[in-house]
Amino acid sequence: MSVTFRIAGAGRLKQAKMAGFSFDGRPYTGIEGDTLASALLANGVHLVGRSFKYHRPRGFLSAGAEEPNALVEIKRDSARKTPNVRATVQELYDGLTAQSQNRWPSLAFDIGAVSNIASPMLSAGFYYKTFMWPKAAWKNLYEPKIRAAAGLGVAPDQPDPDHYSARFAHCDVLVLGGGAAGIAAALAAAETGARVILADEQAEFGGSLRFESGARIDGQDGFAWAQSAVAKLKAMDNVRVLPRATAFGYYAQNFVGLVERVSDHLQNPGRDLPRERLWQVRARRVVLATGAIERHMVFADNDRPGIMLASAARAYLNHYGVAVGRNVGVYTANDSAYAAAIDLKKAGLNVAAIVDLRDNPTGPVIDEARALGIEINFGRAVIRAGGKLRVSSMTVQPKNGGGERTIPVDAILMSAGWTPSVHLFSQSRGKVAFNDETKRFVPGTYAQDCISVGACNGTDGLSATIDEAYAAGAKAAKDAGSKPAKSTKPKVDAGESWSRGMLGAAPGAGADTTVKAFVDFQNDVTAKDIRQAVHEGMRSIEHVKRFTTNGMATDQGKTSNMHGLAIAADTLGKPIPQVGLTTFRAPYTPVTFGSIVGHARGPLFDPTRKTAIHPWAERQGAVFEDVGQWKRAWYFPKAGEDIHAAVDRECVTVRKTAGLFDASTLGKIEVVGPDAAKFMELLYTNPWEKLEPGRCRYGIMLREDGFIYDDGVVGRLAPDRFHVTTTTGGAPRVMNHMEDYLQTEFPHLNVWLTSITEQWAVIAVQGPSARKIIEPLVEGIDMSDEALPHMSVREGKICGVPTRLFRMSFSGERGFEVNVPVDYGEAVWEALWVEGQKHGACAYGTESMHVLRAEKGYIIVGQDTDGTVTPNDAGLDWAVGKKKTDFVGIRGMARPDLVAKGRKQLVGLKTRDPKVVLEEGAQIVDDPKQAIPMKMVGHVTSSYWSENCGRSIALALVAGGRDRMGETLYVPMPNGVVEVEVTGMVFFDEKGERLNG
Amino acid sequence: MLLIRCPYCEEERPELEFRNAGEAHIARSPNIAGETDDDFEKFFFIRSNPKGIIYERWRHMHGCARFFNAVRDTVSDRFLMTYKAGEPKPAKLPGAAK
Repeated sequence: MSVTFRIAGAGRLKQAKMAGFSFDGRPYTGIEGDTLASALLANGVHLVGRSFKYHRPRGFLSAGAEEPNALVEIKRDSARKTPNVRATVQELYDGLTAQSQNRWPSLAFDIGAVSNIASPMLSAGFYYKTFMWPKAAWKNLYEPKIRAAAGLGVAPDQPDPDHYSARFAHCDVLVLGGGAAGIAAALAAAETGARVILADEQAEFGGSLRFESGARIDGQDGFAWAQSAVAKLKAMDNVRVLPRATAFGYYAQNFVGLVERVSDHLQNPGRDLPRERLWQVRARRVVLATGAIERHMVFADNDRPGIMLASAARAYLNHYGVAVGRNVGVYTANDSAYAAAIDLKKAGLNVAAIVDLRDNPTGPVIDEARALGIEINFGRAVIRAGGKLRVSSMTVQPKNGGGERTIPVDAILMSAGWTPSVHLFSQSRGKVAFNDETKRFVPGTYAQDCISVGACNGTDGLSATIDEAYAAGAKAAKDAGSKPAKSTKPKVDAGESWSRGMLGAAPGAGADTTVKAFVDFQNDVTAKDIRQAVHEGMRSIEHVKRFTTNGMATDQGKTSNMHGLAIAADTLGKPIPQVGLTTFRAPYTPVTFGSIVGHARGPLFDPTRKTAIHPWAERQGAVFEDVGQWKRAWYFPKAGEDIHAAVDRECVTVRKTAGLFDASTLGKIEVVGPDAAKFMELLYTNPWEKLEPGRCRYGIMLREDGFIYDDGVVGRLAPDRFHVTTTTGGAPRVMNHMEDYLQTEFPHLNVWLTSITEQWAVIAVQGPSARKIIEPLVEGIDMSDEALPHMSVREGKICGVPTRLFRMSFSGERGFEVNVPVDYGEAVWEALWVEGQKHGACAYGTESMHVLRAEKGYIIVGQDTDGTVTPNDAGLDWAVGKKKTDFVGIRGMARPDLVAKGRKQLVGLKTRDPKVVLEEGAQIVDDPKQAIPMKMVGHVTSSYWSENCGRSIALALVAGGRDRMGETLYVPMPNGVVEVEVTGMVFFDEKGERLNG
Repeated sequence: MLLIRCPYCEEERPELEFRNAGEAHIARSPNIAGETDDDFEKFFFIRSNPKGIIYERWRHMHGCARFFNAVRDTVSDRFLMTYKAGEPKPAKLPGAAK
């Protein structure tokens, strides 16, 4: 493009490094060091977006993080599309591709703009009021349509290929904000030797020194001073300087979250760099130097492209060397816009007029502007802006009414004053106080060890700011434990001072008008909307906010909150502090999910636990299922088998010959010590004192409320040593439960608890041939029924390695569980597998394990129980020591409701049609003909096809179930009612003869 | 993230290492089986849930694994002190006057 708004001799960028980029498909050229915003403005582009609700054309309001309008999509490739990037923050790189959002078919001609014409219908609360009826239409019609029409940007539709890292850091003094105040505070703190972190959201430090042409410190231009001061800080070992790092959240005990944008500004980031880095910093002291944000003037059509904050125009000129217009108007209610007019005028641009709402302000900047020959109009208001895709004029009128005059302009610079950025202070739970004289909320009562300095503290003037910040930095370091050091405070030679301004709507956008004078640009909230919210009964500012959505967009009202509050207060006829400020919440600016998630995704989302035998199962083609964090072999299909065929074969093989099952995931805890038996007595319902070493017992653990918490077989290895097993999922909480009681209720017991789940691999060998398979490999254990009866345990060797050999069964067959040190798990399994093959044994998975145990009516805690089942409910009264006077749950179990009649009890169910397999979780009723909602008397907890029984089997919790044996109940399902008979829980080998078979 | 001082490790550690374990100073009766329904209800179900000072149990799960007691202000989330399990409820709280 030939037209350029780059001003020769202005700005700090070196013309040498050019960067090509595209916006909406058109190629442009910028300079390295530009933001996307400054590069577009240099090419004369102001129109960059359409607004959220009315689809009005929008340009740049600001030159920083507070930008509400200029949101674009940055596209690196098909997977790297980032929506809602603020063009004022995005650094330019060669090849950058950006697109405007929220418009169709094009930015200049947007069909959606009809909603601007229809806007009288789209006032505050429109959605709440209009889409009420019919109710069903909300879900099917209104919401999808509104969602498609609204929304900011388009979410990426592919997984994020970038990676994100995270760091924890500690420091004595954390300085947030790298403007003059932050740098001065960091210098003072760093000179004491304190560990300091200085962070700023911008790529370059300096804050408002970026545009304040009048600032001189230590004999240098303010911005140049900032660079040399930061270079000095960077060179110090005790200082970490973080540019491009936004402090987004201030949490308890001086814990601050920052996101550092590591590579979004690079042309070719490379795979070794993360896109962003999350810093979680714990600081002894925090210095808040977050500055202030300029407010816009609220007047009719103040959103036309080309209308922007005065400080933004200064930043574009003084830093980037870009003129935002050639014939600009200025509209202000304070002094700081004069400085913008002066800078632009000095750069050779025409300043058509300054319109100042104030009646007769005086001061050096006003004198200077006048001396430069700029027309100044006091006591006047801009009541209207002309133009559509770009502002073309401003219409001026005396503020108390009178003749109008229209002045042609191509940009309007505005300033209503400055709002201290108290976001982080407020997040720290500090209370803000309203200064009635300056009409600002400033930090009042502190809740944490932090201090605000400079503009965010309401301190005006560079000199006062540096004095305050330097003293605060030194004090913070001292309070954090550092010794004071000899130091030199930066000397301010010249500085600018910001004065007051106005809040709320300017004349011409007053109560009697319906003009579109925007308060919140991003959510299209006008002054009229806020007044309407009050008229419709919203009294609290929190209600006004939600009704109008003022301050609720991605910019979180950085420019709009104070105006909105002032208009609401004015309409309510109350002083501002009585109406109050809405709550500041994290994040300060939007934070990517990626930076929060960090590396914790995909395989690193959650640990995956695999048993020692996992590789063998994998080689055999096992299908795995997730059980908690464990991968467990679910079934071992042979060629052509589906899950049903495989499970049928496995179940039949176990009962015919034998099967090998990997039970390593069982929780295992060793309870050791002179008082081990006493401890077991207290933690389990069963009696343990008299259990002989070498014998096992099925134990039930309750919570104090009397409900079943866990179960498992416990072997007594020695008088003072128990090998406890728990459910796979229950292991950690059982360990915690045991430790809790041992440490806090029974600390007098001399017992040690050790988790041994990961130490022992467990191979279950179940079936009539089980002993024959194991015996040849075992040394030092007599495996005869007499020497090793059911429910006993011996220590010896298998395949030459130590074993704890349990004779126990979860299948109802003769069974063993071979425990070996986990390093030998796979080798011992392979040896047993070779032996097993001689007898026709199979490997079986968790599905067959479930079927086999259900055939025997063995419960699974967590499947057949749900935290409301007592031992009696589960038919396990026999496992409760009747003579015991204490155990956890003994009192809870005796509560009236837990011993009442009619409780749900665990029973078996047989479907009338043996081929029908019930659905687990299905509800059971007495009478299927009753009206809906039916009275439910129970539900199915376990249900399987049992090839061994030749029919389906199920377990269920049924009210008064044990008294209803033989009765017919019904299970209503979507495709018909299933008739069932209540039975006992044992479906196979009722007498239990096969345990020794 | 809170910083919590473990009275066994004698240092402040990040909240990530700890688990809350409910209200403190609720002792299980040595004769629990003989308790009335009302007493058991008070022991097992009723908790104070105050706005302000709470005495609660924490476990240094990913550290020494010990249970201990803490005094915390539920309004400010500030820990006033921590002490070992079994020690009596502190008579005076540091900084409680604030």
